[in-house]
Amino acid sequence: MSFFSSRDLTRRPWFADKSIALEAGEIAVLRGPTGSGKTVFMRALADLDPVDSGEVLLAGVERGTMSAPAWRRQVLYLRQRATALTPTVRADYERVLALKATESSTTELPTELPLDRATEQLSGGELQWLALERALLVGPKVLLLDEASSALDRESALRFEARVLAYVALGNAALWVAHDTELAGRIGAEELAFP
Amino acid sequence: MSGLIELTPFDLALAALLILANAAVSIALDLRLGRRLALAAIRAVVQLSLLGFLLERIFNAGGPLPVILMLVFMATLSGFEAVRRTTRRVRGITLVSTSVMLVTSLVIAFYGVHFVLEVDPWWKPQYIIPILGMILGNSLTGVALGLETTLEGFSRERDQVESLLAHGASRREASHDIVRRAVRTGTIPILNAMVAAGLISIPGMMTGQILAGEDPMSASRYQIFILFSITGAVALGTISVVTLASRLVFDERCRLRLDRVREVGGDN
Repeated sequence: MSFFSSRDLTRRPWFADKSIALEAGEIAVLRGPTGSGKTVFMRALADLDPVDSGEVLLAGVERGTMSAPAWRRQVLYLRQRATALTPTVRADYERVLALKATESSTTELPTELPLDRATEQLSGGELQWLALERALLVGPKVLLLDEASSALDRESALRFEARVLAYVALGNAALWVAHDTELAGRIGAEELAFP
Repeated sequence: MSGLIELTPFDLALAALLILANAAVSIALDLRLGRRLALAAIRAVVQLSLLGFLLERIFNAGGPLPVILMLVFMATLSGFEAVRRTTRRVRGITLVSTSVMLVTSLVIAFYGVHFVLEVDPWWKPQYIIPILGMILGNSLTGVALGLETTLEGFSRERDQVESLLAHGASRREASHDIVRRAVRTGTIPILNAMVAAGLISIPGMMTGQILAGEDPMSASRYQIFILFSITGAVALGTISVVTLASRLVFDERCRLRLDRVREVGGDN
């Protein structure tokens, strides 16, 4: 039994009977043409969009047996357009830590970005860093990365990838959608064709 | 009612000169206000005359049934009207708006006449109908503003709401900021009216009572009573409708479903 898997997931007209499986510690890259519905699929995995049929399991547990917030905390979708939630970096971290579903009780905030920076002044790439660090604070088991480092420069993107790899190595998993054709080779991930 | 001066049709014709004079100015200056002014004035005359006629029938009918029918009719109509004033509508909102309007305004109007004024019987139309009317006029504004702000908030802040959901936020956690802002916006007009009451304007009801020969102190006490009733109803109505509307944009798995929201031209 896989750590994270979808069985016959269908949402017409985008995808039908889509099954994927990831082991703990595994990362995979989802590749397919633009507009093929990769984002809809990732959102469906996180239960942010409805599906017509099929199921998604984490450690053998079907998501329907738990509340949607509990599921999303564990299967966390990082959207294409990173969005700040509050006026400052620190407040953004505190906002997600304050959510009822969050189980992490960390008091140490990530230092990748200055905590007192106004989120309004963050560049697209910095917002993507903010989104990653914020997501990791919640402690998800599965990261769904949708073009999550597309606005970063090369050097920064490599550090971003290393951060994700290190997190996955803790016994988590990640599914990554990226247009960068070299990503899979660079991080040593399997490529899954979509749809 | 000793001080009441009866208005004859001739008196009203004199008052209508004020409208006609403005229409003439509009035509002279080509402001294109004349037609709309005339139509609005005619509507006001017809509607108020009908209302006067209808109220007279109800006052004379005796018995609670015609009164109750009138109250329910007024409240239901306000519920529809509040939705009609918005430019974004979520599936199921008309039912929510009409139910909220019926329950909140009727409960508060009943509380006012029965426990505060101690009118006996409570359905005596000369009290409950105008009081409900004033409550509804203000509730309608609050509910419409609250609804508009709520749905506008979800559309504009969709990215933030969805990000919060993706981190495991509950429906309540994801919509709290929007709900709070919508309630605040919906209650601004009535709060402003309370603050300004007596300073900048003499409220309509007090004006009416004073014109009708009532003692000003007594009129001011009535005005305070009615302002409190109105504010209670506006706040209760706005909070209820905003809370319920913010549930309608989520489905049973707590997904944001903006596909259930439709944008319309809006009639105002």
